[in-house]
Amino acid sequence: MSLDEPGTVPLRWAAHGRTGDKGNRSNISVIAWHPALYPLLLEQVTEDAVARLFAARRPARVARHALPTLHALNFVLDEVLDGGVNDALNLDSHGKTLSFHLMTLPLQVPAALRRCLKIPALPAEAPSG
Amino acid sequence: MSDPPRVARAGPILRRMSRPLLVGCAAGFSGDRTDAARPVVDTLLARGGPACLVFETLAERTLALAQLAREANPQAGYEPLLDEMLAPVLADCLARGIRIVGNFGAANPRGAARRVLALAGELGARRPRVAVVEGDDLSAPGHRALLLQALREAGTPLDPDGDDAAAQAVGAGAAGGDIASANAYLGAEGIAQALRAGADVVVTGRVADPSLTVGPALAHFGWAADDWDRLARATMAGHLLECGAQVSGGYYADPGFKDVPDLAHVGFPIAEIDADGGCVVFKADGTGGCVDEHTVKEQLLYELHDPAAYLTPDVVADISTAAVEQVGPDRVRLAGVRGHPRPARLKALVFRRTGWLAEGEISYAGPGAEARARLAAQVLRERWGEGGPLRLDLLGVCSVFGDDAGRALAASPVGDARDVRLRAATRQPTRAAAERLAREVTALYTCGPAGGGGVRTALRERLGSLACLVPRERVPTRVEIVS
Repeated sequence: MSLDEPGTVPLRWAAHGRTGDKGNRSNISVIAWHPALYPLLLEQVTEDAVARLFAARRPARVARHALPTLHALNFVLDEVLDGGVNDALNLDSHGKTLSFHLMTLPLQVPAALRRCLKIPALPAEAPSG
Repeated sequence: MSDPPRVARAGPILRRMSRPLLVGCAAGFSGDRTDAARPVVDTLLARGGPACLVFETLAERTLALAQLAREANPQAGYEPLLDEMLAPVLADCLARGIRIVGNFGAANPRGAARRVLALAGELGARRPRVAVVEGDDLSAPGHRALLLQALREAGTPLDPDGDDAAAQAVGAGAAGGDIASANAYLGAEGIAQALRAGADVVVTGRVADPSLTVGPALAHFGWAADDWDRLARATMAGHLLECGAQVSGGYYADPGFKDVPDLAHVGFPIAEIDADGGCVVFKADGTGGCVDEHTVKEQLLYELHDPAAYLTPDVVADISTAAVEQVGPDRVRLAGVRGHPRPARLKALVFRRTGWLAEGEISYAGPGAEARARLAAQVLRERWGEGGPLRLDLLGVCSVFGDDAGRALAASPVGDARDVRLRAATRQPTRAAAERLAREVTALYTCGPAGGGGVRTALRERLGSLACLVPRERVPTRVEIVS
């Protein structure tokens, strides 16, 4: 799926998130902007999709925890921090910027749910389709 | 979801027990804003009732650095900004009965406690009762056998000769490196004990961050040590507070998506904790920022792995059925948290000296900037040869999303970025080997592509960490009032 397909938007329009870290493990939350969008996240923001997005980091394991009462997902990515805060050569050794990489994941949104999205007034990310 | 209220076994009388406890947070890391505490204290005073102010100043690495500072100077090793953090509020807190709890003792809680006593004198405040909570520091030789055993069990055995699996795990290879610090994460009990003994200020070293909040709640409400649901709720209140402004609009703003009012004056949070451990989070009066369901959810999940099992020394908290609800302007209630019996062992973190990190940067701008920066990277790579790990980033093209192996950068399409900064980094067992990188980057001035400028190089000692679990009974907490 790419952002060029009709009805496809960046995950950032449907959800927000934050990255945390412990050692060589990163956790990234994905929190629906609207409860009605949560089933879409469950269906499309899968462990596989996230593992593919972070393939360059060679995650040893990607685990997803669903939080239906919070309309949120919590991803745990093992061994994606090149050793972690005390070891990585990355400028961002905590991986704190990674949530915004996850927010680029394409999400297919049915027309009926578009009203639940946060559609920005930024020309750079005009909706497709 | 809440259990029927229990009768307190000891301590606070029932009238006091039923009143909510306000816990304000005035710092979320070492180096946090020193003007954060004043509005929090003003708000606590305006609301009245039992209140406590917590300072969380110990990230994982902070304590290792503090231990090194103490080695260099036995008087040092506690939070360097202690004076700046406490001076604006200490006298008022002492005069009005707001207890202060902080892990700003770092590697030297007694040093910090003595400084608090001196500071109170300098401010003309009444002489406080200052307690230290100790027992977390496992760096002394007497604990070595315990650590070696724990690290073996964790799968990272530590051979004192250095050429071992643990050294590999922290990337040091045969260089090994000695232990810089080792600390267990203590829980809330010591803090609660200190408060029950009448401490005005409680100074700790390493404790689990949420325990800074659980301790005051435990002392105030007189819960049993196995009242898992209440402990878990207070733990999650503490979790919401422990990063300071991160729950009240800090680290949240994303213009056009997540707009935060008056971020420059973002307010720090306060939790109103009830007798069942439930909480409402709000922020200091007259400050910027915001507290809504989304800011709270982001912080609730921050650094959590399995939401059904958030492990702390006090309890295993379970937020898999938690819910948040906006109950007023900038006020959010957290409910539905459950607790399970605490882990049998305590987490400990061991830091070792693992060699040196060298970094060097140079900028290229204007037409052809990206091509020139890519060429500079190629030159560095070629000259570096088999000199050990070399990471190359192109700031403005691909950097923090990249990986040490350079796969992401290699896959990024060659473009025409006009303002690019090449960054190189390496880790080396010796200082001399690391210094070579600085020379190679600097030489790009005269030997590299055209128009490179703004070279900066940096060199620092690396600290690698290993986590392990130690039996609780081997790490007794000690509490003492310092005079």
